[in-house]
Amino acid sequence: MSELAVSSPTEQSPATAAGTSATVLQIFLEFLLIGATSFGGGVVAYLRNALVTKRAWLDDKAFVELLSISQSLPGLNSTNMAILVGDRLRGVRGALAAIAGICLPGGLLMFAVGMVYHQHGDHPLKTAALKGVAAAAVGLILATAVQLGQRSLEHSSDLVFVALTIIGVNRLHQSVLTVLVAVGLVAVFWYRPRKAQKESAPR
Amino acid sequence: MKEIPALIRVFAYLSLLTVGGGMAAFPEMKTLTVDVHHWLTFPQLVHLYSVGQMAPGPNMMMIVSIGEWVGGVLGAVIVVIAFFGPTSFLALIVGRLWNRLAKWPWRTSIQQGLAPVSIGLLLAGCFTLAKGAVTGLETAAIAVGVLLILLKYKINPALLVLGGAIIGILSFFPK
Repeated sequence: MSELAVSSPTEQSPATAAGTSATVLQIFLEFLLIGATSFGGGVVAYLRNALVTKRAWLDDKAFVELLSISQSLPGLNSTNMAILVGDRLRGVRGALAAIAGICLPGGLLMFAVGMVYHQHGDHPLKTAALKGVAAAAVGLILATAVQLGQRSLEHSSDLVFVALTIIGVNRLHQSVLTVLVAVGLVAVFWYRPRKAQKESAPR
Repeated sequence: MKEIPALIRVFAYLSLLTVGGGMAAFPEMKTLTVDVHHWLTFPQLVHLYSVGQMAPGPNMMMIVSIGEWVGGVLGAVIVVIAFFGPTSFLALIVGRLWNRLAKWPWRTSIQQGLAPVSIGLLLAGCFTLAKGAVTGLETAAIAVGVLLILLKYKINPALLVLGGAIIGILSFFPK
């Protein structure tokens, strides 16, 4: 697998971390640290701080490029970033080390939480606390949606696609896959490449 | 143990729906884990998801809890591999082909088109969660409060979720 990356040096992007000497173990430990300390979401900020600022394994340009790949694909930003960064640094083994590291602390914690939650049944104190936690999580996700929307929605037609997606899932009770494919295809076609407005036209 | 193949199928499928984040898959996760397979109840799913927001690392590690309930340690490991495997493989392939894709005109179209859909899916997931989480005046007040605080101030969201727990105890714990 790793020949794939090596065999075509001419196609190496500027994002390739040339000259860094990260070992697979170092990659694992760095991502383990990120996985253990990145409380409250926003893992991307922690990643940038660790990989660009602290370790200098990537420059900012490479980081942004990898982030843009992460965001265009299904999957969580944090795990996609782990795969992409690990692969750039040390191929498939680096990618595996990175994703294992970033998932391990939270995974162990949720394993323990699951066990405790399951064993202790319905305790009124626990139920009361969880009601508050769940309501707070709704507020947190709404805030994320607003912030993402402010950043990435540029055209008024975007609001139509947002609305169609919500209606498809919540009102018409279609599966997420159906809505994703249906609205996704229409939206991608709406923004199809047009000869007339190549590079120059908009704005 | 006999549920292991179902765990793999469900979480590998959910994996591919996580466009723009894990929340996009939440409505489908509710249908499959609660309504179809009866691995847990809807309130339990809402609780696990919300508690998962306080855990460090990728914000969908609550899938581990579901895996553990259904299939013990093996179930937990299987769920992680099924949920992160497909998208990781895709990321690896696309990451290596990206330079060639850079000049493909449809790439921008896909990015522009999927941006509103992923926000729609995030909100759709949020509304599904809200059906289980916002059940009265108190919970609605907590949700709106957290929303407003996060939009106005830069504060670690995990602290606010923890604050939600305290307000929950103060409002709902019978004295």
